[in-house]
Amino acid sequence: MSVAIVGAAECDLGQTGKSVLELQTQAVTRALADAGIPLSEVDGIATNGISRFSATQLADYLGLQPSWSDSSFAGGAVFEMYVARAAQAIDAGQCRTVVISFASNQRSARSRKLAGVVEEGTPEAAFEAPYQPLYPISYYAMTAQRYLHTYGLTRADLASVAVAARARAQLNPAAWTYGKGPLTVDDVLAAPMISTPLGALDCCLVTDGGGAIVLTSAARARHLPQTPVKVLGYGEALTHTGMATAPDLLHTGAGAAAARAFSQAALGPADIDVVQLYDSFTISVPLGLEALGFAKPGEGLHATIPHNTGGGGLAYCHPGQFGVLLLVEAVRQLRGDSGARTALVHGTGGIFSSHATVILGVDR
Amino acid sequence: MTPEETWWEATRDQLLLLQFCPACRRYQHYPRFVCTGCGGHDLEFRAAAGTGVIGSFTVVHRAETPYILGRVRLTEGPVLLTHLVDLPDPHCDLPVRLAWRAQPGGRHLPVFRSADDGL
Repeated sequence: MSVAIVGAAECDLGQTGKSVLELQTQAVTRALADAGIPLSEVDGIATNGISRFSATQLADYLGLQPSWSDSSFAGGAVFEMYVARAAQAIDAGQCRTVVISFASNQRSARSRKLAGVVEEGTPEAAFEAPYQPLYPISYYAMTAQRYLHTYGLTRADLASVAVAARARAQLNPAAWTYGKGPLTVDDVLAAPMISTPLGALDCCLVTDGGGAIVLTSAARARHLPQTPVKVLGYGEALTHTGMATAPDLLHTGAGAAAARAFSQAALGPADIDVVQLYDSFTISVPLGLEALGFAKPGEGLHATIPHNTGGGGLAYCHPGQFGVLLLVEAVRQLRGDSGARTALVHGTGGIFSSHATVILGVDR
Repeated sequence: MTPEETWWEATRDQLLLLQFCPACRRYQHYPRFVCTGCGGHDLEFRAAAGTGVIGSFTVVHRAETPYILGRVRLTEGPVLLTHLVDLPDPHCDLPVRLAWRAQPGGRHLPVFRSADDGL
């Protein structure tokens, strides 16, 4: 594989009062400026969340006629999937410069609903909706309950994830919780209960925001201003849409997705310097780090691998689909002075429904 | 009738149906047009014993009166999303048994209560 990420940027975050297309435009043009590539050279677009024809819509808005596009929908994991598709398309010569982007104004628009969306005609509408689960919270809550039960842990143990995320966000001026001070375990336990054992501070933020990354061939990347961040491997796994489908709540698709990515990259967990994983809820972090190979089962709360360095969805930004910002943060870590040479990015969508892992690296 | 309609109609008689595949001797839920074990189409309906254990649960605090959403693993194998009722101290791995909640129009919704509550 010979494709690299050469540009990365956020759009405005938090509560912006801006439209989705204004935020998308910010993300795309800032990432292109970072890459040193003019808008007119973009011939590949991957995005969703704008309209039914999201990639086409964005192309129209930006005045582009791309030769490749992808508007797949798989929740927050899809941006890691877009990296795989984009790398294949660039390698195959179908396009030369791809922008992967997403933006949401869900906080300004007050469009997020606690119960989620029930789609008519699905088995979930018939067999699960009558029991009024909160989507997606109740699924993560049942997973957390099973996790605590299996390993003899408590809500306070899980709360440490939110405390650590807040601490990291205090180092990130772009974070929603930046400057709001530290969080204590007692704060997390005292927050309003939503779906036991998950309270309000066990849940990710609801903010506006988004971002974009720019990919091109590694050969061309050498002539661009930024340190090329090479795509070393990728893997995916789809497992379920229903809350009763997965035989074992503690066995998600993350392990299979990561195994495929590690295999392609010819690397293992010990070779990874930093991880960005989708922290939709506190439980997602220990369970994810275990599945990705950075801790043994039941020991994810004690994993030492640096992860979610910007504060993550719990403390930095969560615009509904966080996957693109995981990639932006991984690029920053690999370009920055942390010394990290390899990063693993793991996106999750729905109720642990879709998983996608990307492994990135830089030459230092 | 679709498999889904057959399943719901049986709840009028308080029967919890599961699809059974004679070819691979496997139960599945929710009902559908294909066996997810072998890809076969010759599925039959069988009444579940109505026993199982709580795989996990969550007390949902959205409504004025919180309700308990649970994943119950039936003795036959499939997992159901359901409500746990009359259960002051739910916990994982607790044995439960089937109960019914009447719905408008004569159908019933399967819910589960403690297996040893003496009722």
